[in-house]
Amino acid sequence: MGHVTPTDVNNPDYFHKVVDCQWACPAHTPVPAYIRHIANGEYSEAYLLNRASNVFPGVLGRVCDRPCEPACRRTRVEEKAVAICRLKRVAADHKDDIKKHLPKKPDKTNGKRIALIGAGPASFTVANDLAPLGYECTIFEKLPKPGGLMRSNIPAFRLPEEVLMEEINYILDMGVDLKLNTPVESMSSFLEEGYDAVFVGTGAPKGKNLDLPGRWDAKEGIHIGIDWLESVAFEHTDKIGREVLIIGVGNTAMDCCRTSLRLGAKSVKVMARKPRAFFKASEWELEDAEEENVDILVNHSPKAFITENGKLVGMSFDLMEYDIENGRITDQRVTGEKIIPCTDVILAIGQENAFPWIEKDTGIEFDKWDVPIVDAVTFKSTKSGVFFGGDSAFGPKNIIWAVEHGHQAAISIHNHCQGIPLTKRKPDEVELKSTKMGMFEWRYSNSYDGSERRKMEHIDLVDRFKKLDTEVELGFSPEQIATEVQRCLNCDVHTVFDAPKCTECDACIDICPVECLTITENAESEEALRTALPSSEAPDGQALYVSTDLPLTGRVMIKDENICLHCGLCAERCPTAAWDMSEGIVHIPHAQDQDFAEAAE
Amino acid sequence: MTSFVKPRIARKNAPVNALGLQRQDYDGSMSTLCAGCGHDSVTAAMATAFYELAIEPYKAVKVSGIGCSSKTTAYFLKEAHGANTVHGRMPSFATGAMAANAALTYIGVSGDGDSLSIGIGQMLHAMRRNANMVYVLENNGVYGLTKGQFSASADIGSTAKKGAVNEQPPLDPCIMALAAGATFVARSFSGDRKQLVPLIKAGLKHKGFAIIDVISPCVSFNDHKGSTKSYAHTYKYYHKAVHADYVPPSAEIMTNYEAGEVMPVELHDGGRILLKKLDPDYDPKSQAAAFSKIMASKDAKQILTGLLYLDETKEDMATQNNLSDRPLNQIPYSELNPGPEALKELQAGWK
Repeated sequence: MGHVTPTDVNNPDYFHKVVDCQWACPAHTPVPAYIRHIANGEYSEAYLLNRASNVFPGVLGRVCDRPCEPACRRTRVEEKAVAICRLKRVAADHKDDIKKHLPKKPDKTNGKRIALIGAGPASFTVANDLAPLGYECTIFEKLPKPGGLMRSNIPAFRLPEEVLMEEINYILDMGVDLKLNTPVESMSSFLEEGYDAVFVGTGAPKGKNLDLPGRWDAKEGIHIGIDWLESVAFEHTDKIGREVLIIGVGNTAMDCCRTSLRLGAKSVKVMARKPRAFFKASEWELEDAEEENVDILVNHSPKAFITENGKLVGMSFDLMEYDIENGRITDQRVTGEKIIPCTDVILAIGQENAFPWIEKDTGIEFDKWDVPIVDAVTFKSTKSGVFFGGDSAFGPKNIIWAVEHGHQAAISIHNHCQGIPLTKRKPDEVELKSTKMGMFEWRYSNSYDGSERRKMEHIDLVDRFKKLDTEVELGFSPEQIATEVQRCLNCDVHTVFDAPKCTECDACIDICPVECLTITENAESEEALRTALPSSEAPDGQALYVSTDLPLTGRVMIKDENICLHCGLCAERCPTAAWDMSEGIVHIPHAQDQDFAEAAE
Repeated sequence: MTSFVKPRIARKNAPVNALGLQRQDYDGSMSTLCAGCGHDSVTAAMATAFYELAIEPYKAVKVSGIGCSSKTTAYFLKEAHGANTVHGRMPSFATGAMAANAALTYIGVSGDGDSLSIGIGQMLHAMRRNANMVYVLENNGVYGLTKGQFSASADIGSTAKKGAVNEQPPLDPCIMALAAGATFVARSFSGDRKQLVPLIKAGLKHKGFAIIDVISPCVSFNDHKGSTKSYAHTYKYYHKAVHADYVPPSAEIMTNYEAGEVMPVELHDGGRILLKKLDPDYDPKSQAAAFSKIMASKDAKQILTGLLYLDETKEDMATQNNLSDRPLNQIPYSELNPGPEALKELQAGWK
């Protein structure tokens, strides 16, 4: 009979995966660790810990796509995740002046010149990682202000300009040169300027059009969502008609509908082709739009623009009906047609990257969809020394992905400039530190707090529309902070088991409030081992901890990482300290962690 | 002890029993015993047995005497009835309660001190009467609450923590139970929940006195080298003779047992106890065989465990004495006390 091999806790991924939020974050922000700092009132420490991973805590604490929250372990115990994103904003809002803790502009540079095209989150992350190492970074931006989509596509009522500029200035203060109003119009001639490396972080700036009958008959009133948002952000547009239809139901659509209300629209409808379960927008962005009395109409498929004398007067839609099985549409039919009058239509149906300024003969190859061929690990293009990141690399994702691309591209650029192979990258490491301070005393608050998620307060509707840039979310109050931090289960404080110490008294098994561990005979497969647990269901990716053989009986201790609350009762109950609660610190290398000594090779 | 109380979690997808209750609904207050005490595992096994049998906690009675083991009735089934009684007097308290209300499920928890010294007579008479209860004897060979003196179950040659050697022969609750006429005699180990939980379930469903002698190591005073009731010693000499599973009346017997090896025993409620003999030549329905098997195991230095003897034919106390099925608190007062005329009539019959 085969045996399941014991879990290797020194594999850096094993415990990292247990920290669901950190594992789900593209930049692997150590969420529980910064929440503990907030709980201790150490806002600056919390901010700096965030910044090391995600570079823009103040921005992301407001507008992140939050891949961490659906992953949060709390959602497997009860209904709602810890308000991770909101707590990130808490760190940014309440920190002291942290400038002295940031890397300074180096006294002298290393002589390597790096060009970064596009002043968005990806380029700024590359600059953030490379400038302190002595690289001369220059960012080229076609617009008069920096920020990329963080400025042009995210309205100021969600992300105030001063928050954005504060975090951009931290990077510019490291000696990064920012050239505004400087579009790069020809890659061929740009490459001749002799930069040691070029990073393309120009985003996905091309909004999709909807070429339906009547599209080109209307002289005005039809807008491309991201272009229109940019025009509002740069104050070229300051009004819109009375009745606005938004086509599409992603997060850009939510920003368009809410911005329309602030520019004077009286009626705003978001037109969705499919039912709500298929919406692309984040649930919380939908809720915020609905709170502002935006109508969201489902099962309306756009058919034609209706114009009179060159003026847009309405849109016609096919009314759809869908057959849905197991969350998938299996069939659809048109049940009728409906005309909805309007003054304006905003198309928010997607965006793509576009490189009209990169000539075909530069050595940078594109695939058949005109998307650059970019390596998913090193972010290098087919031309040596040219790298892509953010939305420009693999199409639209989000800010936090752009940041992670920037970190990885920075490692590649550093290796490229130092003559190290791009694929020679420092691996992740995990460091386990016991949190034990004494009898039943730990360095973290281990008792389970059953409080429900705190709700973010919003500014009153009446005040909200007075100015375009009035921030809607008010941030957490001290009471909300104090409660929300205790909801975090500290998943990064791991249950580490030392089998030789175990006397098989079962104390840990009996005390566990979620019955996630047991001692059993080893079996031929993980599935067979799981049947020894009361609840053997295992959502994808949730591991089973398997110990080495126990000294008295040769059985094994198993633990389902899926529902463990990290409450530490097993360790408190263990008479021989075979269980310990150890903080797992995952070291994720950035450019500064690549060994300089290897450059000589 | 731990630093905080085991929290109640509003768990999504938590398993539930036939009553829709979760396992945590069968918990009690937090144990104050030493961390690693065998008794805590026995407590968990008892709670799990009640949970799996889907017995409403308020329809159970838990009683105990004095000692570490007797404290444990506070640590499970917080909604059940019960009392910590006088040292060694739990059986008579339980007997009286059973006479007043036979409709409840009775479980007594005691230790080797409470049962084999001060309460030995009480225990034997409850066995002799075949009172319908499970009697869990948490056996660790020492008086843990008074810091580790040898108890009456300590083996010859077993050493105390500071080295003193026990010279007196041990009392074996299973041998005594067979002699006193108990109808369900079992031995188990706090570290073997796979055996213990089904045994407790079978004992709860057995109509009569069920004793389960559970080796339950004292982690503070009797878990050292030289002890014969330590975790290490028990795991080493542990021998499973007969495994018992309770099968409820509605369920079909799963035929994953090899034929001939399994002996089903019909119970009063229509359910069955399946006896799975791990020693093929052993007959757990024979009192004489049980005696000789247990005696032989001592010579072989084995700790013989499982359901060692089962007699489902003997009437329990309530039946023998023609006691009312109806709880006394549900019988109208006029019926309970028919008045002086009825008394006179009764007395007249004796003249």
